[in-house]
Amino acid sequence: MSQINRNAAHIRATILANKRVGQYHQIVFGIGDLVKSCRPGNFVAISVGGDSSRMILRRAFAISRVSESASFGGTMELIAAPHGSGSKWLCSQSEGSEVDIVLPLGTAFGIPTSPVNALLVGGGYGSAPLFGLAEVLKSRGCKVDMLLGASTSAKIYAPMEGKRSVNSLKIYTEDGTMGEVGRVTDPIKVLIEEKSIDVIYSCGPMGMLCAISELTANTDVVHQCAVEEAMACGIGICMTCVLPVKGADGQISMLRSCIDGPVMDGSMVQWNLVGQVPEVGS
Amino acid sequence: MSEFDFSTTLGNAFFNTPIFTASGCASSGKELAQFFPLKDIGAVVTKSVMNKPRYGRPTPRMAETPSGMLNSIGLQGPGIEAFLANDIPWLVEQNSRIIISIAGETIEEYATLARKVRSVAGISAIEVNISCPNVENRGLVFACDPEASRRVIDGVRKTIGGELPIIAKLSPDVTNLPEIAKGVVESGADALALINTVLGMVINLETMRPHLGGKTGGLSGPAIRPVAVRAIYQVHAALPEVPILGMGGVTSGRDALELVLAGASGVSVGTASFGNPHAVVDIQSELRDLLIAKGFSSLKSAVGYAHREANL
Repeated sequence: MSQINRNAAHIRATILANKRVGQYHQIVFGIGDLVKSCRPGNFVAISVGGDSSRMILRRAFAISRVSESASFGGTMELIAAPHGSGSKWLCSQSEGSEVDIVLPLGTAFGIPTSPVNALLVGGGYGSAPLFGLAEVLKSRGCKVDMLLGASTSAKIYAPMEGKRSVNSLKIYTEDGTMGEVGRVTDPIKVLIEEKSIDVIYSCGPMGMLCAISELTANTDVVHQCAVEEAMACGIGICMTCVLPVKGADGQISMLRSCIDGPVMDGSMVQWNLVGQVPEVGS
Repeated sequence: MSEFDFSTTLGNAFFNTPIFTASGCASSGKELAQFFPLKDIGAVVTKSVMNKPRYGRPTPRMAETPSGMLNSIGLQGPGIEAFLANDIPWLVEQNSRIIISIAGETIEEYATLARKVRSVAGISAIEVNISCPNVENRGLVFACDPEASRRVIDGVRKTIGGELPIIAKLSPDVTNLPEIAKGVVESGADALALINTVLGMVINLETMRPHLGGKTGGLSGPAIRPVAVRAIYQVHAALPEVPILGMGGVTSGRDALELVLAGASGVSVGTASFGNPHAVVDIQSELRDLLIAKGFSSLKSAVGYAHREANL
């Protein structure tokens, strides 16, 4: 059997909870035993709009966290921003409704085998998968510091319960409406110079991921980033979500962010070539 | 009651069922194998492969449109050597029926590809994609030019010999599709794949420029299904003996049946797999049930049934 999509299942899942958190919706699905194959960094692809919808493509959402409880069995939480028609439809679904989901998909954040100092950096609701990741890292004895940033306070996603899983949490907004004024990338340079972090895990807009990759270049700090590219299928067959990534052999390939990502080694992504086509033979 | 016969043929190639993947919508099968056994469907039509590795077009490569999508992939792929070394042996191992789709920039490249495919064991047919809209130079869309279409198929036929069936994939973006179809059949095509995507464009209202990196893209999905039905109907009327592999926006068994009634001997499922990884097998069982419910004893007896005289 092929290794691609090897944990993926195509199911109908019931929405157990759907509540507004600032500008976002926190939606919880019952997914049963599939929680066992979900890892921080994985994403799901959801069919939107109902059977007669003119929206034919699935929408991708990062898994925020999974848990198992006696009363609900395996549950999965997503954070959705009601921006477009598809995400608005999902956010409008009430508790008890069933949704068509393919999950889990994509690569996961690599978890170190021995305790390290980890810095988790989230932009906007890109912070969603970082809270589930923080719990796993803490359980492995890692020191977990988190930086969250957004243009304004309403776009920060930082649930109360999530704060328990980190050693420290600092928030940056560009307009100063929450936390410190500035960008989430501002303090990273100093943290790297102080040698106080071993690994950066990031999720958010491409500009932020690119900026962190520049800061970690030529340092010992590993940068694992979860990328965002427009996807049509989420399972590797449409070839739309590609990014230029350098391989171990030095060759640049257009890799699919759905199956070779979303978590990628930030130092291998050719950020300056995103949206371009590499020269043949480069 | 006799057993329902779901099988079909394209040229001398036999398939247990008439439902295939569509080239460019199933990669080389590995991604979909998690969702159903590839041997359960009629055939896997692999993504059109070129002679050399190719990066394809820049991102953004996709825009969703009402009941459809535009894509501008630009034939990204590993090149024929790596494809034959890595992808085909795996597909053969799955006991899948395989149709290799090839695409070239020149008439010679098609012939080169045909020569490399000729010696590969386990292949049911070769699809010659002369209609990919995502090439830099629209002049290279061979299927828009009757003479160029003929010359490509002629070159492939001469290289490949008489055994492997050739399926010519044509574009609906032409004035006289039956004429182009006749030309490629005269040059040696055994079957026709109808239709490739329809050329389109989306303007991004934020940037106020074309949204796709390649500016134009191919429109697919349910939005183009009536175009496919029309194209298949026209070509089947003109060339009733030539088998057609129909495709274009098929999302359900009833959609597939429309194409069959219009004249398709087989139906490829493309964009529907993006929204539903089980689309190919779902459509296959729905079509089978529908044909039986309508009283057909075989798939073949339904092919082109929409063309019968009014009083029949």
